[in-house]
Amino acid sequence: MKEIYMDHVATNPLHPEVLEAMLPYFKEHFGNPLSLYEPGIKAREAIENARASTASLINAKANEIIFTSSGAESNNFALKGIAFANQNKGKHIIISKIEHHSILNSARFLEKSGFAVTYLPVDKYGVIDPAIVEKAITKETILISIIHASPEIGTIEPIAEIGKISRQKGIIFHTDAVASVGNIPVDIQPLNADLLSFAAHQFYGPKGAGALYLREGTRIVPLIYGGIQEGGRRAGTENVPAIVGMGKAAELAKRDLQERINHVKLLRDKLISNALKVERVYLTGHPEQRLPGHASFVVEYIEGEAMLLLLAGKGIYAASGSACSSKALKASPVLISIGTPAHLAQGSVVFTLSKGTTEEEIDYFNEVFPQIINQLRKISPFAKGWGDMEDKTCTPRK
Amino acid sequence: MQIPEVSSKVQNNIQLRFIDKPIEADATTDIIYMMCPMHLLIIDQKTKELKVGQILAVLTDYDGALEDIPAWCIKTGNEFLGVYEAEDHYKFYVRKLTEKSCIDKET
Repeated sequence: MKEIYMDHVATNPLHPEVLEAMLPYFKEHFGNPLSLYEPGIKAREAIENARASTASLINAKANEIIFTSSGAESNNFALKGIAFANQNKGKHIIISKIEHHSILNSARFLEKSGFAVTYLPVDKYGVIDPAIVEKAITKETILISIIHASPEIGTIEPIAEIGKISRQKGIIFHTDAVASVGNIPVDIQPLNADLLSFAAHQFYGPKGAGALYLREGTRIVPLIYGGIQEGGRRAGTENVPAIVGMGKAAELAKRDLQERINHVKLLRDKLISNALKVERVYLTGHPEQRLPGHASFVVEYIEGEAMLLLLAGKGIYAASGSACSSKALKASPVLISIGTPAHLAQGSVVFTLSKGTTEEEIDYFNEVFPQIINQLRKISPFAKGWGDMEDKTCTPRK
Repeated sequence: MQIPEVSSKVQNNIQLRFIDKPIEADATTDIIYMMCPMHLLIIDQKTKELKVGQILAVLTDYDGALEDIPAWCIKTGNEFLGVYEAEDHYKFYVRKLTEKSCIDKET
């Protein structure tokens, strides 16, 4: 059976050129970058080259990139590091209700440590209104952190405008750009961000490699103390192969970005328009302002997990949303914040495409998906309606 | 403005009950400092290890558990005995009433 991977927001395979670039650093160039002899110097040079190309992907300076182990680490580092570095100025932080758990749970941790957090609402498309951000600012506000693009509903936020407000008010601004960097053009200058998180495996780099952009001159409290790695801001012997891989992946992403976007956008639009032809299937997130390869839906009367199982049976791999909804069977906080009724939120499915996705695959998907919906609805206890399971506090939207 | 109709199932979920003193439990799981959704995953896993009728204590400082753990009990058909508020954490008590768990997707 042919396997069709449609979960590129979860992770991506390594680009063959990335693997090629990494291999020597597992073998002959194994030196510790801090060592003063030749193998150490080789490793150090490799890291600095990777730093330059990683920085270049977001139009930053090389010395503004701190390598981390993941997007989650970058997000934790940004929130905790900036909060603790600025707690004498104030103890108020603003985030949104649709942040990734690495932001949400870091914010909850900070609340327990004496900070106050405002969780901003979003509209029905998941868009954060910059005017609401401005209203939420108090004299105590030290940090604003808003997601650049939601991996769950694909919506791209007006980060440049929010960044502009933060800059005018003199408040540090962070954006979690894990789902966007490498998938859409991200230029740090017009975004007005002081910090930005991203991860290599979102653009065909290795897992275990992430980065935090930190604007020159911004103070941050380290999460990990120890040696002088990453300018003393993140101790621990560097993961040299992963960093080299991230650098190579960034170089390729910068080179091929427009081509990748053009490719996935066409296929995504085809997928969306076909899926919406099925009765009681709703698109989640913004119809236009969304990640180019991202299609997310709620399907009425059936469970997301059931769809995933049947799709997997047909060789199609997709996701149903966040860990909350898929592992803990709790309605996804993101879907609830865009006004999805709780009974509909259970029917969430997310399909994410990549440069490798083909037209034939989308045709096959378009044929299989409605069949699976029909098959599941036939056996769904709710096929004739929700009865008293319906959450009438919100209304669905086509 | 019309008040939205809330279904009986949703009303049933609101069953938070505080208790004055801790209960003797057959097993205790300490997930203090762990965040969402760890409490829902751990409670599911730990309940599976118990026999029907036994009591599990879940120690957590996560406020979301006040809503989630009673709701989890309703979904899975287990009994929520109450929550005791200790100095810096909550102790939730759950009696296992059934072998079934709605979170288990492996079967």
